Amino acid sequence: MRRRSTFLVTMLCFGFAFFYVPILSMMVYSFNGSRLATVWGGFSTKWYVSLLSNRQILNAALLSLKIALLSATMATILGTMAGIALARFKRFRGRTLFSGLVTAPLVMPEVITGIASLMLFILMAEWIGWPASRGFTTVTLAHITFSMVFVTTIVHSRLSEADAAVEEAAMDLGSRPWQVMKDITLPIISPAIVSGWLLAFTISLDDVVITNFTTGPGTTTLPILIWSKVKLGVTPDINALATITVCIVGTGVAIAGVILNRAEKRRDRDARMAYQANQ
Amino acid sequence: MPEPARTADQRAATTVAAFPGAQLPQTSVKAPPFIRIEHVTKRFGTFTAVSDVTLEIQKGEIFSLLGGSGCGKTTLLRVLAGFEAPTEGRVFIDGQDMTDLPPYERPVNMMFQSYALFPHMTVEKNVAYGLKHEDMTGAQRAERVREMLDLVQLTEFAQRKPHQISGGQRQRVALARALAKQPKLLLLDEPLAALDKKLREHTQFELMEIQEKTGTTFIVVTHDQEEAMTLSSRLAVMDKGRIMQIGTATDVYEYPNSRFVAGFIGSINFFEATVRTTGAETAEVEVPDLGGNVTARAIPGLAPGQPITLAVRPEKVHLARKRHDLPNTFPGTVQSLAYFGKDSLYRIVLPSGHVMLVNSVNARRAGEHERVADWEDAVFLSFDPAAAILLKD
Ligand SMILES: Nc1ncnc2c1ncn2[C@@H]1O[C@H](COP(=O)(O)OP(=O)(O)OP(=O)(O)O)[C@@H](O)[C@H]1O
Ligand SMILES: [Mg+2]
Repeated sequence: MRRRSTFLVTMLCFGFAFFYVPILSMMVYSFNGSRLATVWGGFSTKWYVSLLSNRQILNAALLSLKIALLSATMATILGTMAGIALARFKRFRGRTLFSGLVTAPLVMPEVITGIASLMLFILMAEWIGWPASRGFTTVTLAHITFSMVFVTTIVHSRLSEADAAVEEAAMDLGSRPWQVMKDITLPIISPAIVSGWLLAFTISLDDVVITNFTTGPGTTTLPILIWSKVKLGVTPDINALATITVCIVGTGVAIAGVILNRAEKRRDRDARMAYQANQ
Repeated sequence: MPEPARTADQRAATTVAAFPGAQLPQTSVKAPPFIRIEHVTKRFGTFTAVSDVTLEIQKGEIFSLLGGSGCGKTTLLRVLAGFEAPTEGRVFIDGQDMTDLPPYERPVNMMFQSYALFPHMTVEKNVAYGLKHEDMTGAQRAERVREMLDLVQLTEFAQRKPHQISGGQRQRVALARALAKQPKLLLLDEPLAALDKKLREHTQFELMEIQEKTGTTFIVVTHDQEEAMTLSSRLAVMDKGRIMQIGTATDVYEYPNSRFVAGFIGSINFFEATVRTTGAETAEVEVPDLGGNVTARAIPGLAPGQPITLAVRPEKVHLARKRHDLPNTFPGTVQSLAYFGKDSLYRIVLPSGHVMLVNSVNARRAGEHERVADWEDAVFLSFDPAAAILLKD
């Protein structure tokens, strides 16, 4: 028993090391005083300072933030609606197809999604003259389409677990369907909506592949900028930038996780209490 | 061994007052029905969940829908509340046609089997929720909520969330929430199913008390026959989406109209029989399994030679060691007996090999040897002609 647990702990350490040593070393080297990425030149925050005065990087960061905010919000609205439809309308024409179509992008290679989006934009430009050029709008649209799937999945699973009778009870007490949505359904799924938004936000913020396909000249998001800079060699300011990005993304995912986890714990406790009460 | 709570009264009432197929209490002749369900049928695809149900319920009644799992009780309730549109038929409440109204426009509230409390609201907010659609001032609302919490004795839990109170308390919140709007009709779907036996009995009486105080008409769904008999003024026994019999607890227990109802409520002995002679009050039937003729209470439309079912409730059978001069007396042997304290259940083997259940109240405090009969004893069983029920199907 003891030996096995030592073995498991070792495995765990290796696993974590595999994942996080690269990131950690990058973080450490972002405080490197030397210009050479491979030589330690003492602790310094000068790369962070230089980032702040780099217009190119700041613009790219701002653009990424804008796209992420807008696409996450839109994806949350659309994804929530799809999730509610899937969870609450058990029978409608084409439900199976709809549910398949909603979740397929989860497993679709990003390259395919990227190419498909690009093809669509090119064809649309040809047929209806819009979008005339690719840039902010096309990137945002593409991000919405692939991040709303995550919102849909989270909202769907949260709402399927909630008792549909609760919504019926509200209607029975005199609420019209839209009031039921506002008073009951949305509060119940609010943790799922918030964590869905955070996921969509972080996914959009660090996307390279799909952005690369759907962006145009003059629209450079932060990950794209990093990507193009890295091709010329890793510089410490990139390390600093990446460290900031990791922190933002990590915080977003962590908050989403905590929110979902708390909702789940509460649900578990409710279920346990209900069970005990029935004893 | 289920035994209806009102047995004593029922026995007293087993005279002539009630008659088979008694449909409504005496008052109903004058008053127009408060709720009228007219030929309601509900199909899900090809499956018929509720089949041609016609029901009339009076104001202030506690009416029970009783039946096995899947017989369509919940579906019928959901039709009344407006969650399911009937495939055929109409629903009237207080003279108004409700069939096409959505749930939020019906003067009906429902207490859900799962209670369906709003998890993100306090007890107080739960109870107050329905009132926000009423034309009331804030003070009136607060007053009503206070009254309701008082009624269900939950005032001190007003600020708790549903997951912070016990199952029985949750059930009372659900009741208070449904009553707060003072609906004309309250539908209760297995309101006590989630409670333990003790709490259930206690809550039954609470429910009856609240019904008396508020005067609301209750329709209670249950699959527990004791609960139905304790609670309700009248009940309907359902099977496979159909209503088999409607009547008071006494009616359906003492005057079942079919084998299904007789077997569903309480326990009963069935015998295959053939009609020999018929009279105004009684009929003679031949029962091979008992080894003789039985004088039974006559039912309309009997013809000599007709095959029929004889039914006798175990507690209506008298056991004795000596033969005496009573009608419908037959010999048997005690195969086994189970002692339950207040009564004992005997399994009597008849000479034909058929086993009959006999229930005998342990009225006297007796030791092992002083019992009416013991294992392997030869006994005589007898029952009154009025206790011999004839059933056509
Ligand atoms: N939405 C539905 N679609 C298809 N069939 C349904 C639906 N709702 C109910 N049924 C079927 O109708 C029948 C009656 O269901 P109902 O819920 O009314 O039973 P019940 O008498 O309340 O049973 P229980 O005592 O188990 O609650 C069941 O066989 C059920 O499977
Ligand atoms: Mg049911």
